[in-house]
Amino acid sequence: MVEFLEFTLGGISAGLIYAAIALSLVLIWRGTRVLNYAQGAMAMLTSYIALLVINGTGSYWLGFAVALAAGLVIGAVVERIVVRQVTDKPPLNAVIVSIGLLIGIEGLAGVLFGGNNKSFPPAYSITGLSVGKVALGITRNDIFTAVAVLAAAGLLAVLFRYTSVGLRLRATAFNVNVARLLGVRVGRMLTLGWALAGLLGALAGMLVSPSTFLSPNSMDAIFVLGFTAAVIGGLESPVGAVAGGLILGVVLSYAGGYLGSEVVNLFGLAALLLVLMLRPSGLFSSAPTRRV
Amino acid sequence: MISSHRAGVAGVAGLAVLSILAAACGSGGSGSSGSALTNSAPGITPTTITIGSHQPLTGIAAPGYSEIAPAANAYFQYLNAHGGIYGRKIVYKYLNDQYNPALTSTVVHQLVLQDNVYAIFNGLGTPTHLAVAPFLNSDHVPDVFVASGCECWNSTASLPDTFGWQLDYVREGKILGAYIEQHFKNKKIGFFFQGDEFGQDGVKGLSYEIPKKQIVAEKSYDPTNINIGPQVDALKAAGAQVVVSFTVPAFTALLKLNMLGLKYSPQLVVSDVGSDPITLAGLLAAFAKNKTAGFGNSLTQGIVTDGYLPSLGQASNSWIALFTKIHDQYIPKLPLDGNVLYGMSVGYAFVQAMFKAGKNPTRADLVNAINAGLPQGASVAPYAYSSSDHNGITGAYIATISNGALVPNTGVWVTDDSATGAITAYTAAQPAAPASGIPSP
Amino acid sequence: MVHVPTLARHLAVAIVAAAIILLASIVIGDYRDYQLAQVAPSVVAVAGLTVLIGLSGQISIGNGAFMAVGGYTSALLFGHLQWPLVAILIGATCVAALTGAIFGVAAARLRGPYLAGATLMLAVALPSIATRFASVLGGDQGLGFFASVPGFLGPTFSLQRWQAWFSCGVALLVLVLLANLVRSQVGRNWRAVRDDEVAAALAGLNVARLQILAFIVSSACAGAGGMLLALVTGTVSPSLFTLGLSIQLLTAAVLGGLGSLAGAIWGSALLVFAPTYLQNVAVSNGLSTSSSPSIPIVAYGVVLIVVMLVFPSGIQGGVSRLARMTGVDGMLSRLGFAPSSLGAATVASSIVRRRHGPGAAGPGAVQPAEQQRAEGH
Repeated sequence: MVEFLEFTLGGISAGLIYAAIALSLVLIWRGTRVLNYAQGAMAMLTSYIALLVINGTGSYWLGFAVALAAGLVIGAVVERIVVRQVTDKPPLNAVIVSIGLLIGIEGLAGVLFGGNNKSFPPAYSITGLSVGKVALGITRNDIFTAVAVLAAAGLLAVLFRYTSVGLRLRATAFNVNVARLLGVRVGRMLTLGWALAGLLGALAGMLVSPSTFLSPNSMDAIFVLGFTAAVIGGLESPVGAVAGGLILGVVLSYAGGYLGSEVVNLFGLAALLLVLMLRPSGLFSSAPTRRV
Repeated sequence: MISSHRAGVAGVAGLAVLSILAAACGSGGSGSSGSALTNSAPGITPTTITIGSHQPLTGIAAPGYSEIAPAANAYFQYLNAHGGIYGRKIVYKYLNDQYNPALTSTVVHQLVLQDNVYAIFNGLGTPTHLAVAPFLNSDHVPDVFVASGCECWNSTASLPDTFGWQLDYVREGKILGAYIEQHFKNKKIGFFFQGDEFGQDGVKGLSYEIPKKQIVAEKSYDPTNINIGPQVDALKAAGAQVVVSFTVPAFTALLKLNMLGLKYSPQLVVSDVGSDPITLAGLLAAFAKNKTAGFGNSLTQGIVTDGYLPSLGQASNSWIALFTKIHDQYIPKLPLDGNVLYGMSVGYAFVQAMFKAGKNPTRADLVNAINAGLPQGASVAPYAYSSSDHNGITGAYIATISNGALVPNTGVWVTDDSATGAITAYTAAQPAAPASGIPSP
Repeated sequence: MVHVPTLARHLAVAIVAAAIILLASIVIGDYRDYQLAQVAPSVVAVAGLTVLIGLSGQISIGNGAFMAVGGYTSALLFGHLQWPLVAILIGATCVAALTGAIFGVAAARLRGPYLAGATLMLAVALPSIATRFASVLGGDQGLGFFASVPGFLGPTFSLQRWQAWFSCGVALLVLVLLANLVRSQVGRNWRAVRDDEVAAALAGLNVARLQILAFIVSSACAGAGGMLLALVTGTVSPSLFTLGLSIQLLTAAVLGGLGSLAGAIWGSALLVFAPTYLQNVAVSNGLSTSSSPSIPIVAYGVVLIVVMLVFPSGIQGGVSRLARMTGVDGMLSRLGFAPSSLGAATVASSIVRRRHGPGAAGPGAVQPAEQQRAEGH
């Protein structure tokens, strides 16, 4: 029973990291209808920048803030300079460009910082908490991670639903020309979407890098799971992203704990296929209708 | 190329005749014993020996392992600056295969078919090198000192030109297992191991020595998945008091961090592959900023491990002194850690073999030189090399990590790969490094 | 203009190409033979993928998994049953096609990024079966597949030339079969479904069956490609079939030109040769492999981006634009070669836009395909 509890808690904290990546992918998809393969790599780059600041100034929170700001800037710059060239081209072109970005950013990190694993500080202590004699299996850092991701998801949901900026973002994704006719500054919305996604990715990077140790390829596997979580939840909804992340995290944790590490990915695939066979557009999406 | 093989043989024969005539007509002006240096094999010219390798210089396998080839190259540069091999300089061409067997095949075909290297040296990785070992053997290219502890390099029938070098994982498991069996009687033992042949061979060796009734859990991990929480939970739930871990350094560090998160502190016994104190301290350094007790070097305190090369903490050891000097001169930007020690040690072994191969070696000469046995180099135990055994180092000592360095707490033990082979003490002292740093011919 | 039947036309091209490759392989030496043999597995797999994406409008980032199925089947048949190579090829293709059918049925209702996500996870998860059943499938070490030159060619026949002959021969065969398929009724039905699924269903096409058939064809090609990859590499292991492989196939298909078989060749050549070429350039310019091995990696990423920006319809789109500008394609059509295979890329790419994703296409591309045609594509 204790084991089950530990697996569940572990799965939840891992799942929230996947949710953070999923949130940034949802944001880019909802705002610009592009799948950004370089999301993990951009998060890795902002984490390196944060590490420079942290090691240079000794302050974790300064590094944290710089990482989020760098995420905003890098996202906006990438959209403006690279992605803008392919927005009116076939959608797969943008995917290939993002793959090129992924490879290029990982290579750049290798050139600037070398290929070795770097130790990355967590926000809070990683010694286990306990109630009396019973070790709970979670740490202060886990709690901070949960709070940060849930806050980000909540803010994103509020942004989309209740603010005019969110409305404009959604309009741009839904029908660009109509949005333009209605006075939406489409270019700015695209840039804003990528900038915010960059910020979310940077947050994910800060939260997960202590466990992965920072190296040019450290975000690759997390990105795949974050993408899967986004698909499970439905790419249209921040709530879906969090739900998808939690489901995936918990399923993988039980699979790894009770059955062994070799079947973890297979269970991830099974969970994904199960959800998609029941709801082909993910859990929290509404079926699209079309006038024929 | 088949036709160039024949041309090559004819060319060698012709040059051999010429060189005999030249020697017979009186020696030249050089101070050596008189025979001229010739193009005795592909990759060998009178002034250079070109060798190649495939290494994971970038990608998921790069952390740590990408230091090995530059370290070997540093030793070769030191050699080149001090006379080379009978006057020839070693040119070491190591190419990036990103730990992808398709790329390994590409770069090795390029090295052999286009760059005409003399030999492939220290190819890194088991699945990667398995992609090219049959090709190298079918073309009779010496495939020496593979950087992997798999037993598969010892296949004299199917891979006669392939040689291992490092202590293989089964032997290592047996040596660690015997120590555990002696010092942790009646304790519950758990295994935590990488889910590939590194971990599985290690567990095989451990199981030969540790009584079954003591083993309470065997948990594997996939190196692409950093979430090992479930496995550590399971080890704790099984009550393991000693955890033997065949892990790479990143996962040794993760294991320790997860155990902290669970407030679980069994005795850790870690394979040499994942126990380099400097690498571990580096990985855990950021956690020292938290005020929680015992991080960084303290976190590695008390870990039991094995070592088949001298400890970096023994500055008075002649090998450590030599390699430190070479590191400081040629690769100061790399940390002086276990990977660099490994690279220089295997480079030294190659130089020993090349000297033994003779002044104008053919490819077969190198293979025969190793088959005839190599003297012990920087390793603490002798090599197994013979024409029927292509395994390398045969033993190791047990050590405990203390204040960031390995402190040996037993002598050297040697053994073989079999389930029943005994583990015996090896009492001969380790030969000192040559004063010049170069093995004598 | 003489109307030459499709099959004869394709066979003629294939025979000419085979003759050229045969002659070239004797002259260019062992290393270039090996490089030729290395491109073929990619061409086969990418050709199948480009048909899947470009013609039937389904995106897959998981064809590396089907290559794995083909590769492992080949290694098992070789190791346990010692079948001849041609039988192994057929066996690998069939098993991969079966796997594709199973997955295609499971994923029949998925569209756009959801299909992409499912295939991505397939690519990640399937190779781990090899570690789960390590005793049969070799685990992380993998299985060997070292086929030597067949006896009838003589004892001194170069292994690399044999590898080049076999894999290029298979690649040409697959390209001919696919070219015929693309121009057949099935190909037209696929394009109809891709352009407007509802209209196609109303016209009486069985959409689900067509989609699954496309999946079967592309996974069969991937399986054949996997067999060739195993043959050329000499081994199969999980590290050979990573997610990176699937992403490479997708990249080659798009960069070469979606829907175009010639594009499969361009894309594969770029993908197989560019990384090592860039590494050699770096080394020969004094950037030794120790100072920064990552510089060729950055260069490769930049190359991908630049090619995509310069050739928005893929390399084949650029080639066909060049052909149009120089009048070559007019000459070819008079010879009986309709420009469809050259221009397929441009048409396919403007139409694929509409298939991607439920509910909406990318920003700025909402107009139906008719408008694109009216704009003179």
